[in-house]
Amino acid sequence: MEYLILFLPLASSVISGFFGKKLGNRNSQILSSSLIAISAILSILIFYKVLMQDYSSNKLIFNWISSGNFHVNWSIYVDTLTSIMLVVVSLISSLIHFYSIGYMSHDPHKPRFMSYLSLFTFSMLALVTADNFLQLFFGWEGVGLCSYLLIGFWYKKPSANAAAIKAFIVNRVGDFGFAIGIFLIFFFYNTVNYSEVFLQTPQLIEKEVFFLGVQFNLVTLICLMLFIGAMGKSAQIFLHTWLPDAMEGPTPVSALIHAATMVTAGVFLIIRCSPMFEYSQVALNVISIVGMTTALFAASVALVQNDIKKIIAYSTCSQLGYMFFAAGIGAYHVAMFHLFTHAFFKALLFLGAGCIIHSFKDEQDIRLMGGVWKKIPFTYVLMLIGTLSLSGFPMLSGFYSKDAIIEFAYLKGTSIGLSAATVGIFTALLTAIYSWRLIFKTFHGKYNNKDNKLSLVHESSLIMLIPCFLLAIGAIFTGYIFKETFIGTNNLQFWKSSILFLENFSSEHPPLWFRILTPLIITLAIPVSYYLFVKDKNIINYLILKNNFLYNFLLNKWYFDELYDFVLVKPLKKVGLFFWKKGDINTIDRYGPDGLARFIKIASDKAVNFQNGYLYHYAFVMLVGLSMLLTYLILF
Amino acid sequence: MIEIGLGHYLTLAAIIFTLGVVGVFMNRKNIIIILMSIELILLSVNINLVSFSIYLQNLTGQVFTMFILTVAAAEAAVGLAIIVIYYKNKGSINVKQISSLKG
Repeated sequence: MEYLILFLPLASSVISGFFGKKLGNRNSQILSSSLIAISAILSILIFYKVLMQDYSSNKLIFNWISSGNFHVNWSIYVDTLTSIMLVVVSLISSLIHFYSIGYMSHDPHKPRFMSYLSLFTFSMLALVTADNFLQLFFGWEGVGLCSYLLIGFWYKKPSANAAAIKAFIVNRVGDFGFAIGIFLIFFFYNTVNYSEVFLQTPQLIEKEVFFLGVQFNLVTLICLMLFIGAMGKSAQIFLHTWLPDAMEGPTPVSALIHAATMVTAGVFLIIRCSPMFEYSQVALNVISIVGMTTALFAASVALVQNDIKKIIAYSTCSQLGYMFFAAGIGAYHVAMFHLFTHAFFKALLFLGAGCIIHSFKDEQDIRLMGGVWKKIPFTYVLMLIGTLSLSGFPMLSGFYSKDAIIEFAYLKGTSIGLSAATVGIFTALLTAIYSWRLIFKTFHGKYNNKDNKLSLVHESSLIMLIPCFLLAIGAIFTGYIFKETFIGTNNLQFWKSSILFLENFSSEHPPLWFRILTPLIITLAIPVSYYLFVKDKNIINYLILKNNFLYNFLLNKWYFDELYDFVLVKPLKKVGLFFWKKGDINTIDRYGPDGLARFIKIASDKAVNFQNGYLYHYAFVMLVGLSMLLTYLILF
Repeated sequence: MIEIGLGHYLTLAAIIFTLGVVGVFMNRKNIIIILMSIELILLSVNINLVSFSIYLQNLTGQVFTMFILTVAAAEAAVGLAIIVIYYKNKGSINVKQISSLKG
């Protein structure tokens, strides 16, 4: 069963990738969608078995590397954590495969798209089912590659290519840290298998190492390096710049890779390595601070963006920040719960945005929309559900997970925990405002688009709406259904050994005023946003005029791109140009291959003169040669 | 009165040989002169053979010279025949214009 889950997506990718032309568009779409769907059903079965029968297994595929004391296997490791990820990845992936049939209906390269999507699913599954760090790294790079391929899917658009390369390069920075982390683990543990590493960690917590001339605690150093990898993949602040640009890809890709699954790989890594992170308070604090900063930063930027997909992308970034600071305060299970619910409502929001873009004939600017909620009621309802769930409206999924994060942060009691709770509440307010801004600007108010006639705006096809409906069901109910299992009082029975908690959380509840604070703020944000964005736009315009600097600061994403451009990209480009023009072309090529070729050409041009066809020259040369030979023979 | 010995003969042969060799590549006019120069080289060799034959009191050298003269005559005939054919084809036997070996 596990084998099928993992290899059906690979088979689907190979078949639609190599035989897509023979099969035809429709067949390869149906084939790959149904293979992934089977994989999803089996994943749900596994999850059910884990939930009900305490199932866990470690199936060997084959031995990968065996060299000295370095042994690595390909294997499928299933425990509670993996089973949740299996469900998230394969279920969302199969829904998005079906959705893509509708969304890509005007695209000429359907089998290729399906092949990439399936390959992504395979890599992601290989990542989550790893039982050692090396296979995890394989999946990690695999999803990075698929992300590159899919962002640059419309390779004729220069912006898409640039975004794809940007995503790849920014991720290299993170992966570099991640790789160093794995090297350190192997160097000091002599193994990269999870079980052995986690078993040895308690004995190594006192060990100090020197790194770049600074003394570090070994476990802290490894955790920080792993976290740098997680920051790259999960678009945390400083390494986040690729995520908004990645929206150049087709919308299903944004939903699958850049919202529901790949970007959560970093969170998964932290939770998977909880037996290490638990022993390093420094690393946990760093994670919390980075998570908080990201949550706040991304939410503030999302407030003023105008591209519908970029708003949702920053929202993803912000929610990932939530997950990270939840993990940072030690509430790994809550982080995982938020990951689980987030996958549903964020995929729903992206797919909804895809429907809107489709309805508006590839328009993405929310300033050019408005007043169409009656024309596309289904999309409207779906987006409403997604937005309510994202902002944490009571009784929907996002409410349970996000409130749990804030509550656990509050209960932690430390200064980090309290500041995390404060940031969490404030970010929740920002989240509500930007989400409702998106809804009101897109669906309410006046119709602002001059290029498209209002009468041409139409509802998307069923194949696109049905996956959205299924996701909407998830976005409404998963929080309520799984709350008790994931983060309830007996959650340790569910998580078993897949997460390590050194200290137990207090089972008390925060005071009542604290518990109703967040839902209250969020609910109040709805009428306020309605007033601000629909009824009376003068207040907003006045605010923008008054705080023009702040507005531009947010609109330009805190000038991160400009800063990187100035500090890194431009100097590196200059260095690269120097090495290319001066080093490569003017030195190596000039005196190396090119110089040799030129010399030989000149020499042979001269040598040609010998062969002028005159007999007496030949005779002369012959004589000279003969006499030289004779001289040699006589003298020596 | 100078006694004419082997050295003088050999010097004469060497001078003729050198004349022949220089004639081959100094000549810029006529291909027949090249042929004649080659004959000169052969003859200088013959002088050497005959002188050594007398000096060593051995007739083999003179017999060999007879053979060489015969072969040289045949060779001259072949060479002249080639030149005749060449002249028929190209209309000239000027060495300056013979450069079809040029690559």
